Amino acid sequence: MPDATEQLQPLGESFSDRAHQDLTGHLGMWAWLASEVMLFGGLFLGYAIARVTYPEGFAEGSRELDVFLGGLNTYVLLGSSLAMALAEHAAKAGRRRPLLINLGAVLLLGGLFLAIKFYEYYDKALKGHVPGADFEFSGEHPQAVELFLFLYFTMTGLHALHMLGGLSVIGGTFLRTAVTGRMPGPLFVTATALYWHFVDIVWVFLFPCLYLVR
Amino acid sequence: MKNEVIPNDLAGGRDYLRSGTGLRSWLLTTDHKRIGLLYLISITVFFAVGGIAATLMRLELATPSLDLFLGDSYNKLFTLHGVVMVWLFLIPSIPTVLGNFVLPLMLGARDLAFPRLNLASWYVFNAGAAFTLWAMVSGGVDTGWTFYTPYSSTYTNSHVILMAAGVFITGFSSIFTGINFIATTHKLRAPGLHWMRLPLFVWSLYATSLILVLATPVLATALLLIAAERLFGVGIFDPALGGDPLFFQHLFWFYSHPAVYIMILPGMGVVSEVVATFSRRRIFGYAVVAFSSMAIAVLGFLVWGHHMFVSGQSVYAGVVFSLLSFLVAVPSAVKVFNWCTTLIKGNMRLDTPMLYALGFIGLFTIGGLTGLFLAALAVDVHVHGTYFIVAHFHYIMVGGMVMGYLGGIHYWWPKISGRMYHEWWGRISAIIIFLGFNLTFFPQFLMGYLGMPRRYSHYPEEFQPYHLLSTAGATILGVGYLLPLIYLGWSAFKGRRAGPNPWGATGLEWSTHSPPGKTNFTRTPLVHEEAYDFSEAPEEKEANRAGRD
Repeated sequence: MPDATEQLQPLGESFSDRAHQDLTGHLGMWAWLASEVMLFGGLFLGYAIARVTYPEGFAEGSRELDVFLGGLNTYVLLGSSLAMALAEHAAKAGRRRPLLINLGAVLLLGGLFLAIKFYEYYDKALKGHVPGADFEFSGEHPQAVELFLFLYFTMTGLHALHMLGGLSVIGGTFLRTAVTGRMPGPLFVTATALYWHFVDIVWVFLFPCLYLVR
Repeated sequence: MKNEVIPNDLAGGRDYLRSGTGLRSWLLTTDHKRIGLLYLISITVFFAVGGIAATLMRLELATPSLDLFLGDSYNKLFTLHGVVMVWLFLIPSIPTVLGNFVLPLMLGARDLAFPRLNLASWYVFNAGAAFTLWAMVSGGVDTGWTFYTPYSSTYTNSHVILMAAGVFITGFSSIFTGINFIATTHKLRAPGLHWMRLPLFVWSLYATSLILVLATPVLATALLLIAAERLFGVGIFDPALGGDPLFFQHLFWFYSHPAVYIMILPGMGVVSEVVATFSRRRIFGYAVVAFSSMAIAVLGFLVWGHHMFVSGQSVYAGVVFSLLSFLVAVPSAVKVFNWCTTLIKGNMRLDTPMLYALGFIGLFTIGGLTGLFLAALAVDVHVHGTYFIVAHFHYIMVGGMVMGYLGGIHYWWPKISGRMYHEWWGRISAIIIFLGFNLTFFPQFLMGYLGMPRRYSHYPEEFQPYHLLSTAGATILGVGYLLPLIYLGWSAFKGRRAGPNPWGATGLEWSTHSPPGKTNFTRTPLVHEEAYDFSEAPEEKEANRAGRD
């Protein structure tokens, strides 16, 4: 439906046709993801250094995290990626209903992930496990555990911010498609999906590093 | 010149400057040329701010005792100078002003790949700059531009978080620009303009963009962690809290060393353009010069540890970083040799841009060679943290990049403004800047070698002659920087009209009108020839097309 997509994303004046513009958009997204890898890379490096320095403290800190909730969240997020892949497929096939259903599933599962994540933060706050002046911990390595939790909050917090960014773009696409009845450009959905899968992959690394080193 | 001249779309005599007037048409523009000019205004302001800070420092240093400032204010002054000059001037300078303006023109495109992202980058840049200036007026930061921990994270009472937030935000504008340039270079080249026909300025911008995209986020991580550490009092950097201060230096220099190449590569690109145009000859060894930009970008990521030779880093790491630092000098030297060969074989003309380019070549060579002194482990121990370092990087940054930037501004000014500046004033100020620069910074090599530490507000009397020379040179340099502001500003309104191609240069940007129309070209240009093809005879052209030098 080239006419319908024309309305959503007008063709930029630099481009000869839509495929050209979409491929350029993909390239831009890949470059952005490369940048994101480096952003998280710095944090993973900090994690690696601190963990090598304090292996026991990190194991102790990791035991403070809830593996069940972390594991559940991993399934939730992988499920959302599956839905995103199906949404991309539906967009390519030009099928509106499956697109809306799958985007809706991404929004629900992403929202569920954040809800579980924020519950975990709330739980930490109740126990006084938020790093800072009010930090309380009675175990053997309080300083290393505080460092571990500092990294936990920074890394998962940055990840959650990325989830929020992705969800607002997907939410916008969902609403426009539902309200106007026009399909988004399939390659635009692909670029969004690329970003979503990237956020998913970051979590796939975060989960074992934080929850499974006990 | 021999690329066909493309008829312009100057409907009713409207070029990009006159198509749409009023503040709104400028502030909401997505035209890469106008955004380039917006950036030009922003960074000129910041250059002035950083320059005033430098002037005040040089005034204070004219005498050994403290006269104008307290030691603490002096610390804030050099921090301000460093932060503003690095992040608000040097990093954006050539890419966002000249790159923005010229890149689509050189590629035969109507605009950058993502015009709105381009405009967004200007707003993000100014937002970040606003934070930085806010930090300055609310009391300043005294850590130096390097924000070394644990001083910056634990001890100082100055406004580190605000300043870090400012730098963090401007980082996003760098990343946006980088993404835009990469996508544009890959996808918006005119038919026939394959990679080995690209002007060398495009190659250098492409290499710069790779660094912008891959290194800037690591600085973001470092600043994020510093801010978090100050806010929550948890230490990933503070050893008293279980952290590792060296880790900060690794993160910081993993960005900031490649950032040196962000600052110098575009300048090298300008010099390649100018040298080819004003010696009327194809750059000797075009392919080698193009690939040396890429080599610098890649190797530049592997040398950050040479900033930490005396920071307690492992000696073995030091040896490896030293070796790699020597390696990165090879592609830089390749460029210098190839420019010189081009000059020798060419037919030189000493117009203003060429004077700047020649200045760049000489000063960059001095800066680069002293860089090799510093890359040698033992020598570095002797001169680390002295004015030798200060002189070294100012030869690269000011002697190199600022000369390249001014050369580029003069070279493309007829295209940007449609008018010629006063050639005599141009040459005079180029010479004044060259002389003033050397008088300012050469004495710093000497006093650094003799042991004058950097960042000190007062010093033993024996160093005063050097400091006096340096301050005197800074005065001359200041005059040299004011002159272009005046005569370029004047020429923008009163200058003689420039034709499409006043220099007789090659390249697509010279095949359209000066100033170009809003969409650059009325139809997509076709490219039939190699870059810098100055030959007239058809058989010579044929030889060039086959890639022979």
